[in-house]
Amino acid sequence: MTTVTRDARAVPADLRAGSISTRRRITDYIAKSLMVLALLIALVPLGLVTAYVISKGAHMISWNFLTGRIPRQQTTAGGGIGPAIIGTLITTAAASALAIPLGVLGAIYLNEYGKQGPLARTIRTMTDVMTGVPSIVMGLFIYLTVVTLTEKRTAFAGALALACLMLPVVIRTTEEMLRLVPDELRQASLALGARKWRTTLTVVIPAAISGIMSGALLAIARAAGETAPIVLVVGITYRPNWSLFNGGNTALPALIYNNASSPYEPAVNLAWGAALTLVAIVLIATLIGRFIASRYAIKER
Amino acid sequence: MPDDDSNPPEVNMTNVSDRQQINVAVPTVGRGGAGAGPPAPSAPQVVLELSNVSVFYGNYEAVRGTTMTIGKNQITALIGPSGCGKSTVLRSLNRMNDLIPGARVAGRVAFHGTDLYAPEVDPIQVRRRIGMVFQKPNPFPKSIYDNVAYGLRINNIKGNMDDMVEQALRGAALWDEVKDKLKQSGLALSGGQQQRLCIARTIAVKPEVILMDEPCSALDPIATSKIEDLMYELAFDYTIAIVTHNMQQAARVSNKTAFFTAEVDENGVRHGRLVEYDDTPRIFTNPREKRTEDYITGRFG
Repeated sequence: MTTVTRDARAVPADLRAGSISTRRRITDYIAKSLMVLALLIALVPLGLVTAYVISKGAHMISWNFLTGRIPRQQTTAGGGIGPAIIGTLITTAAASALAIPLGVLGAIYLNEYGKQGPLARTIRTMTDVMTGVPSIVMGLFIYLTVVTLTEKRTAFAGALALACLMLPVVIRTTEEMLRLVPDELRQASLALGARKWRTTLTVVIPAAISGIMSGALLAIARAAGETAPIVLVVGITYRPNWSLFNGGNTALPALIYNNASSPYEPAVNLAWGAALTLVAIVLIATLIGRFIASRYAIKER
Repeated sequence: MPDDDSNPPEVNMTNVSDRQQINVAVPTVGRGGAGAGPPAPSAPQVVLELSNVSVFYGNYEAVRGTTMTIGKNQITALIGPSGCGKSTVLRSLNRMNDLIPGARVAGRVAFHGTDLYAPEVDPIQVRRRIGMVFQKPNPFPKSIYDNVAYGLRINNIKGNMDDMVEQALRGAALWDEVKDKLKQSGLALSGGQQQRLCIARTIAVKPEVILMDEPCSALDPIATSKIEDLMYELAFDYTIAIVTHNMQQAARVSNKTAFFTAEVDENGVRHGRLVEYDDTPRIFTNPREKRTEDYITGRFG
């Protein structure tokens, strides 16, 4: 055995920060500063939009505003946006009920069953194409198929259009999340004698649920803010309508679109209030979704 | 067989032939077993019988013509260099190879005389009776309790769930370490504990055979020794087949050892081949084949 001895001649290593060359320190500093700057710049529009919407819309918010009827005359002060809130809630909820289960099931098919088969690849390509379709085209499609056939504008037609927009988003995000679930977990389950559907339902989906939920929320947020298809297939009403299938309806984005370009101040104020309400609804939906996801998500530690 | 006198008694150094002395240490198991592995009946009942089994991945023949039997309540080790097909053979025993697209098994794998690859055989039923522990500990991202209960639930095993979970955890020598934190995530355990949790999960459904695919390769020596002790205990109730890279491990735990290697055929294609299959002490002290000896002595592989 040799014993370890300290070599007396060895120069002790300089471990102080100052021993790094000035050039490297400056490079490091510049890189760090640039990244912080990029973050701040990215936050500017977000902050401005939020601040502006709050400053313009906050004074409008009151119980009467949230529940009151939309004034028929744009010059009339007062009134509220109740019908548009109801419309937004029921169309978005109906669209979610249509698109999320279908999208999640579709993604399960793609990732767990279809894999790289010809059918799955075709569906995947179509989904990618659908993601890029402008919402007005989707609105037009529903207008020509549903609205012209049934000869009436309904919240349900709007829900169909929004569901078409949500579907590709849900499918793709869910598939990505399922792909992240390690194969070892599937194998472990199958090795215990579980069938594939059981493995998917009890192991794969719980492992991916929080990601799936995030994707669904993203889709909901997108749908709730869609304007073009709503204007086209739902229309504008001034009275509250809780029915999906009977009578016209409206939604917050359509109301904002309609009022924001008005020359009359009461109408513009209504639009700002509606904008703030829309932001708040999306935020609340996101928070609720996150809460549910965290309840179901499996704790890592 | 005269022992080499120059070596201490815990090492079973034996003169193989006049060609070469084997340098691998074959320690005897501490618990009264005179040779390697737990005591097993001299002529054990055959549980699994492989006759001329070849495994193909697409057109590539990964393993060619394997014939061997696995006896009841024995530990059978499969050793050999990387790429020799030992894991492939192991996975063909409970039809896990079915999950790999293009994988196909030729020849006959009989489980108590029933051909596992007969068309009417359900792979789920096979895996229910022939469980598997994987190389990387892969507990489900669920609680410790749910990890063990999973197999019981999916197989609709009735009875007192708490008792069965406790039994399985005791069987895997994990109960004392986790009894106060059954609701915690299985992922919070250490690597060795996770692997014992996976063993508990496997034995909870009371399979007849446990296949272990390099169960200790991701574990430290202390955790490895715990798993090895556990295997010894488990062999009283189960039949175990283990793939290992660690020759000492095979020598320590197994009753019988199969040595695989990769051969290049006349067309220049590599195939895994079973070279020699015999009682473990014999393989490690007096192998018939030169290639086995070369591998055991560390000349290649």
